[in-house]
Formats: sequence, structure tokens, C-alpha cells
Amino acid sequence: MNLTLKIWRQKNANDKGKMVDYPISGIEPDMSFLEMLDVLNEELINKGEEPVAFDHDCREGICGMCSLYINGEAHGPDRGVTTCQLHMRMFNDGDTIYIEPFRAAAFPVVKDLVVDRSAFDRIQHAGGFVSVNTSGNTIDANSIPVNKHDADDAFDAATCIGCGACVASCKNSSAMLFVGAKVSQFALLPQGQVEATDRVMNMVKQMDEEGFGNCTNTGACEVECPKGISLENIARMNREYLKASFKG
Amino acid sequence: MSGILNSSIGRKFAMALSALFLMIFLLQHFIINFSSIISADAFNNLSHFMGTNWLIQYIMQPVLIFGVVFHFVMGFILEIRNKGARQIKYAKNNGAANSSWMSRNMIYSGLFILIFLVIHFIDFWIPEINTKYIQGDMSGLLPSGEYRYYEELVHKFQPLWRVALYCLGFVFLALHLLHGFMSAFQSVGANNKYTRALKGFGKAYAIVIPLGFIIIALVHHFNH
Repeated sequence: MNLTLKIWRQKNANDKGKMVDYPISGIEPDMSFLEMLDVLNEELINKGEEPVAFDHDCREGICGMCSLYINGEAHGPDRGVTTCQLHMRMFNDGDTIYIEPFRAAAFPVVKDLVVDRSAFDRIQHAGGFVSVNTSGNTIDANSIPVNKHDADDAFDAATCIGCGACVASCKNSSAMLFVGAKVSQFALLPQGQVEATDRVMNMVKQMDEEGFGNCTNTGACEVECPKGISLENIARMNREYLKASFKG
Repeated sequence: MSGILNSSIGRKFAMALSALFLMIFLLQHFIINFSSIISADAFNNLSHFMGTNWLIQYIMQPVLIFGVVFHFVMGFILEIRNKGARQIKYAKNNGAANSSWMSRNMIYSGLFILIFLVIHFIDFWIPEINTKYIQGDMSGLLPSGEYRYYEELVHKFQPLWRVALYCLGFVFLALHLLHGFMSAFQSVGANNKYTRALKGFGKAYAIVIPLGFIIIALVHHFNH
């Protein structure tokens, strides 16, 4: 396959940045998108140019490290996959492919396609956990009965890998699908009830302080989420938040 | 509870509550207007009741005005904040791949509805306030001794430009409601096993009510 790549290049956080065209040839349809970028970077290094910086780690679709806004969609045109699991067979010979970083004021660009998603970490620190006594008398988690339906929903919410595709896809750069999933995975379980009020209040407060936008329920996040996190989690977070607010 | 409007979810909740209130108002407005194509007397009686009942005039009318103003002001505040959450736009963004046009353009459909409402206020509300509260005529009667409401309604729908603007206003209202109805329920946390049915009902509401208003305008325009 012969392609034209239009890639966002930005030297550092303070650089203005611009889109740069790179023709590339000899790409196999079975290559992953990141392998295609590896080929490009090898060519750039051989030419003595600066390779394109992009985030990646496991390349198995489970770590949430890869990102990229490809042809106007987070993680590209395929559904239910991260960029590392996106394959070049989704494109045609001769295509022009736009590759941009996830855009949000709360996700500043570090370099080229690498963005700082530590805002998500700070939201997690604000309440995305349960406090467990680990002093030697820890109660076996299985000793607390959990309704199967709730356990399944909690597990579904917990599959969020925190990649930030929801923020990147949302026209408002809202992080509510991420925070909704993180609130839900505990709100659905008895273990999460003790800190339920503080959790949702603190996580939403941190989310707002980070500068994410307001959800307007377009549903773009749900469509683009590589893990299929449902909008039901945002509704559950809204309920949890309102319940906690009225409780005082 | 304090400062709930300072949080993103609190603002969403307030926006949704005002939307739900406005949707209930719209339904009763539609029922009264629809009565005009069935019976002039029914429309006159209902209009006179709404126009003179103290509960409607002094309690519900201010609540309605507050609801409308709040919905618009909060809509603009949210839009400005949301624009600020992404300062650098994408060179290529395929919004149609993951969301409806209506959901992405609520501010524009809302703006057109606002323009329509300004004209509606000039056309209807200001003359009503003038007649009832400045000239002090609460009788609702024409010099002939008949109620004035039906006559005024028919008269308003004679100029073609007003009918066209009216119809266009309701097309934008339908677009606004096609996203807004379900969005309001999602914002108050209602997303459960009834969501599918509610979505269907919402679509029907978003199409039937505005279409009904358009039919009312066209019937009066072409029948008189």
C-alpha cells in the first residue's frame, strides 16, 4: 500500500506545532497501525530526521497507552479497538491519513502525538479506590455476596483502560465516560459503599478542576470507546453525584 | 447540596430539569393550540382561562419565563465552557461517525428557537401584557362581545412570512428535541431498562408536537 500521512509534529509543549505530510510505501494490509508508524520512523531515522513520537506500550489492546486521532476518530475507523489493534486493512491504497494527538485542554501535547493524560491519574487518586485493611485480618472478597447482574456491570465498567478516547471524541472534551466507569465499578459493589459519597464528590470535583468539558450526551464517547463502556455509567455517576449532593 | 451549580453534573442536572419543565409546558401549549382547529369556542375558553387565571398568570408565567431564560443562559454558559475545553481543533474530525447532527448542534438549533421566541414574544406576549395589564382589559372580549383569542390567532396566521418563519422555528424545535428529550433523562440519571421505550417515545414527541404546531399554522393560513 502507498499512503500519504498527514502527521501533527510539535517539538515540545511550548512549540506551536503543524501538520506535516509524509508519503509512505510498502505498507502491508496486515500490519498494525503502530507497525506502520514504526516503518515511517525507521525511514526518518535513516534519513537523519527526528522520528515521530507516539505513545504505546503493550500493543495488545489492554494497557490504554496508545492513543491517536486517526482520520477524525479516536483510535481510527475500526470499532472496539485501540490504535495498536487497528490494522492497515481498514485503509485503501492511495489513502491520505490524518494522524493527530488526542485534543483537550486537560491533555496537553508533550511532543508530536504524545499527550499528558495524568489528569486521569489525579482523578483516580481523588477517589477511584476502596480502602482495605491489609493488616493481616483482611476479609476474603468472596465472603461478601454480590448479585450476578451487579458483578457483571461492575466488571464491564472496570474494563475501562483509561486511554482517553472518550475525551478525544467528545465535542466538549468531557471525561464523564471515564469518570462514570470508575465511579460505577465501585458503586455497584458492596465494597464500594463505605466511601461512595466522598468518592463521587471528590472525583467529579477533580474532573472539573482539570478543565474537562460538560457532557451533552452526544454518545460519541460510547461509540469510540475501545472497551465498549456504556453511557449507562454516566447516568449512574449522575445519580450517585446527585444522591451525594443532596445528602450533604 | 451547596454550590451544586458550580459542578459539571449539577449544571447538567439543572439544564435537564429546565428542559423537562419546558417540554411539559410545550405539551399543554400544543393541546390548547390544537383545540383551535377543532372548536373556536374551546380554544377561546381555554385561552381565557389561561390568560386570566391568577395561578397561571402570577405563578406559572413567571416560572415559565425563568425556565426559558435559565435554559438559554445555562446553554450559552455550557457552550462557552465546553469550547474552552478544547483550544486547538482537529485538522480532521469525523463527528458523523459517532454522533447525530442534532446532538452536535444543539446550540444552533437552540439559537434559532431563541430568535423564534423573541418574535413570538413581540407577536403575542407583549400585546397580551399591554391589553391586560397596561390597558387593564381583562375581559378577553372584542367590541362585538365575542372572545378575541380565536380571531387574533387566525389573524396572526394570515401573512405568509410569519407562517413560514413559524414552520421553520418548529423544524428547529424538532431537531432540538430529537436529541434533547432523551438527553434530559440521561442527565438526571435515568438510563435503565426503560431507555429503549423512552427513546422511541422521545422521537415521537420530538416529531409529533412540532409537526402538530405546523399543521395548526397551515390550517389557519389556508382556511381563512
